[in-house]
Amino acid sequence: MKAIVCVKQVPDTSGKVAVKADGTLDRASMATITNPDDLAALEAALKLKDATGCEVVVVTMGPPPAEGMLRECIARGADRAVLISGREFGGSDTFATSQIIAAGINKIGVAEDDVIFCGRQAIDGDTAQVGPQIAEKLHLPQVSYAADIQKDGNTLLIKRMLEDGYMMVKVQTPCLVTCIKELNEPRYMSVGGIFECYDNEKHPMDVYDYNALKDDPLIEVDTIGLKGSPTNVFKSFTPPQKGAGMMLTGDAPAADLAGILAKKHII
Amino acid sequence: MDFTLSKEQALVQKMYREFAENEVKPLAQEVDENERFPEETVKKMSKLGMMGIYFPKEVGGAGADVLSYVMAVEEMSKVCGTTGVIISAHTSLCAAPIFENGTPAQKAAYLPKLCSGEWIGAFGLTEPGAGTDAQGQQTVAVLDPETNEWVLNGSKIFITNAGYADVFIIIAVTGTVLDRKGRKTKEISAFIVERTDKGFSVGKHEKKMGIRGSSTCELIMEDCRIPADRLLGKKGKGFALAMKTLDGGRIGIAAQALGIAEGALDETVAYVKERKQFGRSIAAFQNTQFELAEMKARIEAAKLLVYKAALKKQGVMDGTVKEAYSVEAAEAKLIASRTASDVTRRCLQLFGGYGYTRDYPIERMMRDAKITEIYEGTSEVQMMVISGALLR
Repeated sequence: MKAIVCVKQVPDTSGKVAVKADGTLDRASMATITNPDDLAALEAALKLKDATGCEVVVVTMGPPPAEGMLRECIARGADRAVLISGREFGGSDTFATSQIIAAGINKIGVAEDDVIFCGRQAIDGDTAQVGPQIAEKLHLPQVSYAADIQKDGNTLLIKRMLEDGYMMVKVQTPCLVTCIKELNEPRYMSVGGIFECYDNEKHPMDVYDYNALKDDPLIEVDTIGLKGSPTNVFKSFTPPQKGAGMMLTGDAPAADLAGILAKKHII
Repeated sequence: MDFTLSKEQALVQKMYREFAENEVKPLAQEVDENERFPEETVKKMSKLGMMGIYFPKEVGGAGADVLSYVMAVEEMSKVCGTTGVIISAHTSLCAAPIFENGTPAQKAAYLPKLCSGEWIGAFGLTEPGAGTDAQGQQTVAVLDPETNEWVLNGSKIFITNAGYADVFIIIAVTGTVLDRKGRKTKEISAFIVERTDKGFSVGKHEKKMGIRGSSTCELIMEDCRIPADRLLGKKGKGFALAMKTLDGGRIGIAAQALGIAEGALDETVAYVKERKQFGRSIAAFQNTQFELAEMKARIEAAKLLVYKAALKKQGVMDGTVKEAYSVEAAEAKLIASRTASDVTRRCLQLFGGYGYTRDYPIERMMRDAKITEIYEGTSEVQMMVISGALLR
């Protein structure tokens, strides 16, 4: 049994957001972090490893420096890593990315009792599309927004967080689960883990380039990369911060509200 | 000379910083205020391998290196001097002498539990009448031939981690010998004593000016009986063992001092940008700028000495360096502790009246800094070590 975790290196949006002339993010000039929801996915996989002793494989698609993030995942407890990297993959949108990652997961191999974990969404694009699309491409059942995961043999019982409540879903493995930050508290890297995370014998890191994946039926020249991506980025920007709300707790909140609105010349 | 960290060292530093920021900093003020030993932090650090950083995996350590250990003490001390010294005393003063001098059986019995943090370690050399004059030991150990047990009597004071430690390295007098000049001197030996040993107890808890969360207590041995195989190192070699242990300990304390100074400067840089007087931030005044510049340069100088001492200790452990690192450790501790005291005092001055209140961490840092000039050898002892080597 193994847990495959999809992770993404994202710009640290708590810092300054840089945008290139073509409207896309200037990733090179921004500090990078591991996407927070993906850390929850990794932690969920590591918990499964603690409970069952399963293997944890982390996979990402990105430029060569994404190796650093994968090594950090190993330092937290993952067993090995796969870096999907190639010029042909550059500029992929969610549609193209999910095909490439699905092909990568095909190459890793999905067994009957395997679980694929993804973060709900990445903080750079906020699409929440790649996880579900990978599941579709691999013809696997998917459960999104997982806040709690219980494993019982070949089924998972998952608590799905919805806007106004939660839903309990039972799903058969192999399956794909997308996790939210609130699912858990990601563990730190350990000192011992850090000092062996670059040891390729203990923790191999395979690199899948275009040639490694091109024979997968999912990979076709016109479905990957910038050319194969149906999305065109029009503009990237940091949305303006919403001001803090105000609670009216007086005896006559309606009258108070009317007073405030009148003061602001709204009514 | 290469001043860049390895990939692993850079990553471990990143982890320490995240851990210090999220787990240690939020507790620092309360730990100081209530003089509370942060047990929960020790548990968390144990899980991450921080209680046995530079020991090999075969004995239960994390398999990292001395510099990674030094950076752990430094990063924790940036936000909490108490947490820094817990790691330092445990690692340098208890696990290290067992690792360096223990028999295979002693290593197997103690190191895995110390490195995993299941057991906390401490070191007992100082006595009411034996501070800088460490040879003035009064604690005695006599071998009872009938039971083949050592019987220890005496007391130790100012013992770091004492209230929470499970294993203690105890220095005691085991007889009288003639020195090279034919004079009678004390024969001193080292022992491993466990908290649960009969006749051993932890006494008064000291109320201190700084590092108030650190558990500093008296140790009392009244007919404390321990098996003969708890002798650490050779009989009569205990003083040399203690001095060598302190050489390592001083690198840890130097790292603590360095961390305190860096932490104080970080707080001050943030404060002077915020604080406005005469219509502008006080960072705009050249006095502030020059103070910050001078402190930063002094801290970097101290850091180089501390890291250099750590690298030399690493060389000795790896067998690539033959001579001892006593002088480097003394230089690092002398300069880093002086820098910590000086920098925290000057930082507090930049904070002004607010810095004198307990609403800001700077007064705590100034109190914490002072001890680094005193324990594990005062600054004067460090100067004796350095000048002794010069004039030899």
